[in-house]
Amino acid sequence: MIVIESLTKRYGSTTAVDAVSMVIERNSITVIVGTSGSGKSTLLRMINRLIEPTSGRVLIEDRDTASEPGHLLRRRIGYVIQGHGLFPHRTVAENVGTVPRLLGWEEGRIRARAAELLGALQLDPAQYSEKYPYQLSGGQQQRVGVARALAAEPAVLLMDEPFGALDPIIREKAQDDLLDIQRRFGTTIVLVTHDIDEAFRLGDRVAVMSEGRLLQYDRPEVLVTRPASPLVGRMTGSAERAMRLLSLTTAGEAALPLAANGAGKDGLLVPTSASLREVLSELLWRGSECATVVDADGTPSGQLTVAAILARGRPA
Amino acid sequence: MSASDLLLRGPAPAHGSSALRRIDRLGALLTLLGAAGLFLLPFVDFKANRILPGDPRDLAQVLPLWAALGCQATLAAVAAVALLAANAPLRLAAALAGVVAVAAALAAAANALTPPHNLIIRVAPGAGFWLLLAALGLLVTDAITRMRPGPGARVLLLALFLAVTALALAHGTFDNVSVMREYAVDASAFTLAARQHILLSLGSLAAAVVVALPLGIFCHRVPRLRPGVLSALNIIQTIPSIALFGILMAPLGALAAHVPLAAAVGIRGIGAAPAVVALFLYSLLPIVANTVAGLKRVSPATVDAALGMGMTRLQTLLSVELILALPVILTGIRIVLVQNIGLVTVAALIGGGGFGTFVFGGIGQAATDLVLLGAIPTVVLAFSAAVLLDALVERLDRVPK
Repeated sequence: MIVIESLTKRYGSTTAVDAVSMVIERNSITVIVGTSGSGKSTLLRMINRLIEPTSGRVLIEDRDTASEPGHLLRRRIGYVIQGHGLFPHRTVAENVGTVPRLLGWEEGRIRARAAELLGALQLDPAQYSEKYPYQLSGGQQQRVGVARALAAEPAVLLMDEPFGALDPIIREKAQDDLLDIQRRFGTTIVLVTHDIDEAFRLGDRVAVMSEGRLLQYDRPEVLVTRPASPLVGRMTGSAERAMRLLSLTTAGEAALPLAANGAGKDGLLVPTSASLREVLSELLWRGSECATVVDADGTPSGQLTVAAILARGRPA
Repeated sequence: MSASDLLLRGPAPAHGSSALRRIDRLGALLTLLGAAGLFLLPFVDFKANRILPGDPRDLAQVLPLWAALGCQATLAAVAAVALLAANAPLRLAAALAGVVAVAAALAAAANALTPPHNLIIRVAPGAGFWLLLAALGLLVTDAITRMRPGPGARVLLLALFLAVTALALAHGTFDNVSVMREYAVDASAFTLAARQHILLSLGSLAAAVVVALPLGIFCHRVPRLRPGVLSALNIIQTIPSIALFGILMAPLGALAAHVPLAAAVGIRGIGAAPAVVALFLYSLLPIVANTVAGLKRVSPATVDAALGMGMTRLQTLLSVELILALPVILTGIRIVLVQNIGLVTVAALIGGGGFGTFVFGGIGQAATDLVLLGAIPTVVLAFSAAVLLDALVERLDRVPK
């Protein structure tokens, strides 16, 4: 658990971050979203003290982060930035082993850990370990950046616009991979982005910032249904709020009991993980009224009608 | 074939133009240069003693007929290869054979013209010899460039060249050539000058690295200082070397006169001290500027990541920033070293020693051979330093731009 207590950063007369307080739950993804200059990156970089706060404090697992030297703190916290920042003069394996080497792990353990992480990020260690960063594609470089950040098994992972340099298709894949990684390693992730869609897609909780202040910090569906201010409503895109709400609910969650007559059997089959937005779009395209929700093994578990989906697009 | 076909295809290439096109342009130019050297200019100058003006002699006048023809035939073959062959190793082999033939002809000419035990007569390389050597040297360089050797191979080639030259000199092949005559007059002075020359160049470089590297790092960290520091160093660079030596004589002389310790460690108004100080000052700008440029080349994201991973400021500087900047910094050091090897020659004017002693001595005595005894090793030294450091830079610079 990360507790941020009235954290403030001032540069001369300008206040970059203004008394932000928030609690970040363990094993969750928290996304800080805001326009450029909103102070979101400064807030993130005060968590690992790359920027020292003017006032306020940060507690990680009840321990004040100011109680140890900054570089030692940072070795326990993963850090991923836009454009990956890989060391161009070091191989992929050496890049991934950076923090374990700083921590004095023995070579065998460093190699094993690097191979494990590269495998988890779908980079065959035998093929990629000895390559240099410039020999990789943008998406591969980004994954090595994530592997490097996770190498020393940090409990907390900070990510500053990690997917900003990727093209849209690779970005979506990278976002899915991040969700898998989070589930697999149980890492607490704090991610900064200016992309509201990314925030809604990844965040268990989303913090909206503007001009250094935290405007609202809540679950995504609450941001859509009950924005704290008109500004939050505008930033989360009130014109699309119904569709956003639908995109936050899965077919499995919204499924109705199967009708006895098996309506829609001949029609659309959707997996439980599909979002209502995707199901509605597909139904509109086909001009049908009803879809069948199927489990991973293909057995029907429920059904969805256009009317039922539309009902979910309104605040409860 | 219809008329329109002809129009579309254009006129057929004229016969013979393809053969003309196959002639190597550089080869043609170098052949012309070499031919001028061989036929229009004297190969050696025969002098009754070291300061009398030379009496020009051609190859054919000096050597036995078979030797002169052999040398000319070899050069003709080299010219044929230079004109027609595209194969780089073949061109290199031919050019080297040419160099050996010309060098052997010089040695033979000197031996033929010098009566036994006569140490007064001088046989100096003539304008024709130098022109031939220049043309062949360019042919060698061009062939090596076409072969694109790696850094290791280039260093090996240099070592080979130096070893063969040293062997020939040690064997006494050129003992009757005027420059070696000057060497023989006082071999120990040459050894001393060589040692001084190398010490002055490397010593001032080392001192400059110790100061300029931290200064460059400092300028990188505090951008406000950068323009001031760089323009101050730039102004030093614009002072002519002789003027700077002169300017330094007064304060260093005063220092030696008033601080016994300074005098005790050898600081004086003339000699090595002002030379080292001047060379040190000239060395600062290239190293500081290249350190700043090299550090600037390191992506801010890389530095941010290094700090974010938990490296200390010092670890980030040493294991990320400086390593990535090293090829650019070394390029600065290469500039300084080659520049210093040249400038040390001027330091002889204020008693700094080095090969310049021979150059200025030779100018004073109107003895060209003595000037060459100072100039040739200086050029070889600077050339070797450039090849070595270039190879090192290339070896280290595997980071794509």
